[in-house]
Amino acid sequence: MQSSIVKKVLMALSGIFLMIFLLQHLSINLTSLIPDNGKTFNTISHFMGYNPLVQFVLQPILIFGVFFHFIMGLVLEYENRAARKQKYVYSNTRSSWISRNMIITGLVILSFLMLHFYDFWVPEIQYKYIDHGIHNSSKYFHELQEKFHGQTLRTILYCVSFILLGLHLNHGLSSSAQSVGAVKKENGRIRLLANIYSISITSGFIIVALYHYFV
Amino acid sequence: MELLLKIWRQANGQKKGSMVNYEVKNIEPDMSFLEMLDILNQGLIETGEEPVAFDHDCREGICGMCSLVINGSPHGPDRGTTTCQLHMRRFKSGDTIYIEPFRGTAFPVVKDLVVDRSAFDRIQQSGGYVSINTSGNTVDANAAPIPKPDADEAFNAAACIGCGACVAACKNSSAMLFVGAKVSQYSRLPQGKVEAKERVINMVKQMDKEGFGNCTNTGACEAHCPKGISLENILNLNREYLKAKIIK
Ligand code: HEM
Ligand code: SF4
Ligand code: FES
Repeated sequence: MQSSIVKKVLMALSGIFLMIFLLQHLSINLTSLIPDNGKTFNTISHFMGYNPLVQFVLQPILIFGVFFHFIMGLVLEYENRAARKQKYVYSNTRSSWISRNMIITGLVILSFLMLHFYDFWVPEIQYKYIDHGIHNSSKYFHELQEKFHGQTLRTILYCVSFILLGLHLNHGLSSSAQSVGAVKKENGRIRLLANIYSISITSGFIIVALYHYFV
Repeated sequence: MELLLKIWRQANGQKKGSMVNYEVKNIEPDMSFLEMLDILNQGLIETGEEPVAFDHDCREGICGMCSLVINGSPHGPDRGTTTCQLHMRRFKSGDTIYIEPFRGTAFPVVKDLVVDRSAFDRIQQSGGYVSINTSGNTVDANAAPIPKPDADEAFNAAACIGCGACVAACKNSSAMLFVGAKVSQYSRLPQGKVEAKERVINMVKQMDKEGFGNCTNTGACEAHCPKGISLENILNLNREYLKAKIIK
């Protein structure tokens, strides 16, 4: 754990795990665009909400993964700042803004996650485990619409966060490939994959949010 | 040419430093950057001021002694060149040039633009060698068959002159490119494979101990390296390290 390379490998593995989760999350959200009055979306959401494997095994792993990733991100940021106490008066390095500011895009994602948990996760936990609400497999689509339809501020906050998430992922994907010793970060194929992945994630989530805002 | 120089002055490691302005005149475009600083210093000596301390030795791009962050770029604006190979024709008369030392907690300032890069020596001593008895029983290098691609990669990695510009360029002052080059140089060759495991573990341990930051894969190191050392060497370092840790 003390070694900088081990820390970076763990950072990359937790990031890769979260990137796979995001793909699954987006796939489910996209089903809310199927014109069947939310039937498919409700069925999948209900399954995810009540399946014990998802709820008591995968969900805790996910929460651990998110915590691990951002705490490790803060640790690395702290160490990296300590490694250069005296800054340059004039700096002009040949590197991208995105790669240098993962902590900024990361903290935006973290703030977004808090809003997102407050919007969806807290009410769900309250309904299931505190109010002991009955199994209602048709409420999810309706809840989703309610959160976005005509809700300008929330829709804007979500869309802006998705753009910053995309930036984080664009560097994150290629960087993690290099961190785990798999593929050179500047390899053309991994750059292409990072571009396709980050653009798909950002535009996919934005399309879902805007759809429910307007429709 | 006439130039305004903004130079970091710091009496020693304990004192605080700051940027100080100097005007230089009669600079020829064909002078090297270090000759321009020599002229500045000659002027300072004549007026009884303390000359600006800066590192240099070979002045032909091979020793790795010269440093300087010029207008925010380690080794200046040109790619693939050291500060000593930079010429004044790269600038225009009337330009303002910022000159700062390489920055990093592991590279403390000794005086003005001179920093202590002995952290690199200690990393090198922790594993950057092969233990071969060369006294009286040397074998012709060509007697060991080495695939051409491996020989080429080892040779490219060996081009690292240990200047530290990678650390200076990295926002985290990470030494991964330097260590990556040193590890790759040996790991590609049969002579280096014998001690590969201890080498990578010890060198990374020493690197962390010296207080260099972690690699964020920004690629700034590669882009500022005067010898074109590739990020591939960091990939290889990660690989060698994981291999050494996982396969006991
Ligand atoms: C679902 C959300 C997220 C995903 C999918 C994700 C993904 C990634 C990936 C793949 C990396 C690259 C790892 C590497 O370079 O080896 C990374 C790096 C990073 N992430 Fe995240 N991340 C997420 C959320 C966050 C959050 C909430 C923070 C909050 C602080 C954060 C902070 C960072 C930082 C600071 C780095 C750079 C670490 C470094 O290289 O120094 N990330 N992320
Ligand atoms: S890798 Fe390049 S920048 Fe770093 S010490 Fe070696 S030659 Fe200098
Ligand atoms: S003085 Fe030797 S490399 Fe510049």
